[in-house]
Amino acid sequence: MGKILGLTGDEVAAEAMRQINPDVLPAYPITPQTEIVQKFSQFVADGLVSTEMVRVESEHSAMSACIGASASGARAMTATSANGLALMWEICYIAASYRLPIVMPLVNRALSGPINIHCDHSDSMGARDSGWIQLYSENCQEVYDNLIQAIRIAESEEVLLPAMVTLDGFIISHAMERVEILEDEEVKRFIGEYRNPHSLLDINNPVTYGPLDLYDYYFEHKRQQIEAMEKVGKVIEKVGKEFGEISGRSYDLMERYQLEGADLVIVAAGSTAGTVKTVVNQLREKGVKAGLLKIRAFRPFPTEEIVQVLKNAEAVAVLDRSVSFGAQGGPLFLEIRSALFEEKKRPPVVNYIYGLGGRDIGIEEIETVYKNLERIADSKKTEELVGYLGLRE
Amino acid sequence: MKEKNWKEIPLGGLILEAGNAEEYETGSWRTYRPIRNEEKCTHCLLCWVYCPDSSIIVEEAKIKEFDYGHCKGCGICSAQCPVNAIEMVEETKFNSKKEGGE
Repeated sequence: MGKILGLTGDEVAAEAMRQINPDVLPAYPITPQTEIVQKFSQFVADGLVSTEMVRVESEHSAMSACIGASASGARAMTATSANGLALMWEICYIAASYRLPIVMPLVNRALSGPINIHCDHSDSMGARDSGWIQLYSENCQEVYDNLIQAIRIAESEEVLLPAMVTLDGFIISHAMERVEILEDEEVKRFIGEYRNPHSLLDINNPVTYGPLDLYDYYFEHKRQQIEAMEKVGKVIEKVGKEFGEISGRSYDLMERYQLEGADLVIVAAGSTAGTVKTVVNQLREKGVKAGLLKIRAFRPFPTEEIVQVLKNAEAVAVLDRSVSFGAQGGPLFLEIRSALFEEKKRPPVVNYIYGLGGRDIGIEEIETVYKNLERIADSKKTEELVGYLGLRE
Repeated sequence: MKEKNWKEIPLGGLILEAGNAEEYETGSWRTYRPIRNEEKCTHCLLCWVYCPDSSIIVEEAKIKEFDYGHCKGCGICSAQCPVNAIEMVEETKFNSKKEGGE
């Protein structure tokens, strides 16, 4: 068996990366991701990994170097946050379109400006259309588990897409928790080897990456990406089960927490899901049928599975830790509400924007949401479609 | 050429066969056409070395002709020629339609 350690989210991400032992890791430091790269560079210095670490001059270069490495047949990883992700934006789309299974922990941080270093999901939510798989983590253990599974998911032959594993900045990245770590050999066996069938270094089978692709074929290549994304869900389920066999922790596209017969349901992603669970437990003790749908895979979005668990609820509240300016509501809300549209009988769905720039969210705010849901369920009336939690009005 | 559907093409926009740039005729991009003066040319082959589009056709170590189907008229051959044997002439001076495809 493995071992039990006390590690922060950043430290456990680095620990997972040590066990994954990527061939190439180009990275640029940014708060609150810095400790991942700092700790990993110590592993490199101590000879604990065989990784070629490239200290690049920007995140744009970090992702570019990942692409070069991955196209050459190397397993490539990097890590970033917020503005760092924004700077590699262009290259993120290219990584996905070249079908390179790069895996990256993303430590969620608010995008500037005004400049802020604390958690919200504006960085990852902004990248939701880039063609990357997105797995959200609730705590340090999930950061570790998700990173190891992400390698298998991304590199799966029917997928071949890059994947980001998110962890809430500071809340997870800098908070120490008890985590179970697998044996190095077990992780090695589980992830296997990355084999790029079209390596740039295979001189006997020359290949061109990145040729001009105009109106004659670009559309077809996008259709291929759509197809690949559609297959990811089944792979996430399969890898999640297999991971359960070696760790005792199985994973699905989402977590259904007390959803059996739940009338009042909150949908949330990231560390806030943990806070919601506490409130659900308290309410269940009082006989209130409260439940939580925790989003794990946001890309691909598991529409059918979500509809199945939400359609019989009395009222649903979606918590969004980011804003889509000018839209009807937050990104998660838009997806959830749209997913339910085809159902004849569907619950009212409201949205709460919360926690922007690291604004704390506590049990009291979550209790307020469930109270509001109770009122909506009783009156069958949605008073306010989008509300703000923890904002000084 | 019949265009293929999304299931028939390699993933990621990759091109798996080498040397297929030849199938894409770029001669129509040309604004200036290189014209070689047979009397001045010493067949040093520097133009052949420098041409970025492999458009100098050589046979038995002698310059034979330009491949106007692919020559984009960049003028590098003319610029590096040590004996000024290649003149760049405006395409409009020629009556014939430009050679080359798209």
